[in-house]
Amino acid sequence: MIGAPVAIPLALAAVAGLAAVPFVVDAYYLALAISLLQFTVLSTAWGLFSGPTRYISLATAAFFGIGAYTVAVLGELLPWPLVLAIAGIIGVLTAAVVGFSTLRLSGVYFVIFTFGLAELIRQLVVWYEVNKSRVLGRYVFADITQTDIYWQLLALAVVTFVIGWAIARSRLGFALRIIGEDETVAQHCGINTTVAKVALFTVSATIMTIAGAIMAPRWTYIEPSIAFNAMISFQVVIMALLGGAHRLWGPVLGAIPMTLLFEFLSARFPSTFTIIMGVVFLLIVYALPRGVIGLLQRLANRPTKRSEAIS
Amino acid sequence: MTNAILTGLMLGGMYALVAMGLTLQYGVARIMNLSYGEFLVAAAFAAHWLFTAWALSPFVGLAFVIPVSFGVSYAIYRILLTPLVRRAPNRDALEVDSILATFGLMFVVQGILLTVFGGAYYSYSFLAVPITVLGETLALNRMVALALAVIAGSALYLALTRTRIGTAIRAVAVDPSSARLVAIDVTQMSALAFALGGAMVAAAGVLVSMFLTFSATTGVVFTMKALIVVVMGGIGNLLGCLIAGLALGLSEALVATYVDPGLTLAVNYALFLGVLLIKPAGLFGRAQR
Repeated sequence: MIGAPVAIPLALAAVAGLAAVPFVVDAYYLALAISLLQFTVLSTAWGLFSGPTRYISLATAAFFGIGAYTVAVLGELLPWPLVLAIAGIIGVLTAAVVGFSTLRLSGVYFVIFTFGLAELIRQLVVWYEVNKSRVLGRYVFADITQTDIYWQLLALAVVTFVIGWAIARSRLGFALRIIGEDETVAQHCGINTTVAKVALFTVSATIMTIAGAIMAPRWTYIEPSIAFNAMISFQVVIMALLGGAHRLWGPVLGAIPMTLLFEFLSARFPSTFTIIMGVVFLLIVYALPRGVIGLLQRLANRPTKRSEAIS
Repeated sequence: MTNAILTGLMLGGMYALVAMGLTLQYGVARIMNLSYGEFLVAAAFAAHWLFTAWALSPFVGLAFVIPVSFGVSYAIYRILLTPLVRRAPNRDALEVDSILATFGLMFVVQGILLTVFGGAYYSYSFLAVPITVLGETLALNRMVALALAVIAGSALYLALTRTRIGTAIRAVAVDPSSARLVAIDVTQMSALAFALGGAMVAAAGVLVSMFLTFSATTGVVFTMKALIVVVMGGIGNLLGCLIAGLALGLSEALVATYVDPGLTLAVNYALFLGVLLIKPAGLFGRAQR
């Protein structure tokens, strides 16, 4: 591992380099860079919670959609930073409610609940829009350019990594690793497992919500079925798994190749896209159960066998 | 009121039937099958195809679809899922792996359906005759589907409680490692239970296709409802399945009639969470661990 004195300047240089991207590339590559950053943020946020606890969350689309739809409703009424803040707050509240009602149960119930959460929230939004506000589908007229989206996402990505780094070094992160290993043991150690899980779930979900809010101006027209697209949950899980969710840097290693692959496949094979994605997903589950990171660790530590025992 | 209750009971009977296959797959084979609804929709499409292209009634369709689905499910368990069962060190690990694998499978099946049939909604008209029950008008095809569902459910129940293989399957559901001690081939029985679940879901798909419109992407809804019913009733418990299915159907019909049809999913979830917060193992489930 590289020590902090080298790693911090390196990270700063990388961020500065990435921040300069909009000045040197054309619109197509900027759009691609935005997709890359979006999935980096989402899959890293997913890994923050699901990596250490091993609870599979299929609710990414729900939170992403909440963020996007908040912008669709409030985007014209309030200044942009305030809209982002409100989206974040709604994300915190939703995640806390979902977390407190499902995370005290066993992991399977959580999966079942998150599996349908996007659909549930979509139905509630449609119901509200049809019956109360009587608008279904909204136009987003926020004055935000592609470059702005890119920089905001980059900032969010930096924040996500800093949060992940800080959590891993805190008591909370340690508690979560114990929960991931054995929840009963964790309870016997005196860890309040529910609070720890809900706290982390909320952090992860809030990042996803803000990512959705930032991405919203990319569509000019948003309706519930666009905002709450289940495909996003799927893509994020596949990316995080490919990279390896049990390390902070894992999901990025999956997000980058996968985004490029999605981009390529959806352009070349639009009709069979879903089948190919499903097959790729199955291949990853079978061939790389611990992701690219797990593979690298195994190769690096082959003689000692120590990493297997620890991770 | 009578109408809402009758509709609810029919809907509930359908949910119970849909969930029975999943309770076998999850309760016995320990595979939480997220692609379950996709197989239901695939069976519905098969029934539609047999009906429109070959003029075969869904009853005849059942005779084709059920064995095929049994075979396909058996093959899926043997080829796709057995490696995961072998790899998993404990039940939790298998659960995570099976969730992920069937999640991938869900997109494969959905993708195949989308490629073959496109994204449009399908339905066909079969026995769409009004009949009068207790002074309320109901569609004959729904009643017939419900009757067949009751027959299928009873047959499954008798097979599980009255036959030797059924007893072995229930033993695996209770405790796989002890079942091995009394010379039950757990892998074989799990594969059989998974395949039986596949046969049940195919039957449900054919019956549902008689009166519901469906598209390549509606499978997720069936998976959701089946999961909710299975967990609410207590995993692996057929009777619990029936009660939970009826409760879900009734609550949905009542809310759709008296509050708003757009809120049915919210009611499902509220009921689901309510039951779980009071009885975490489900209505008829035994507490595990």
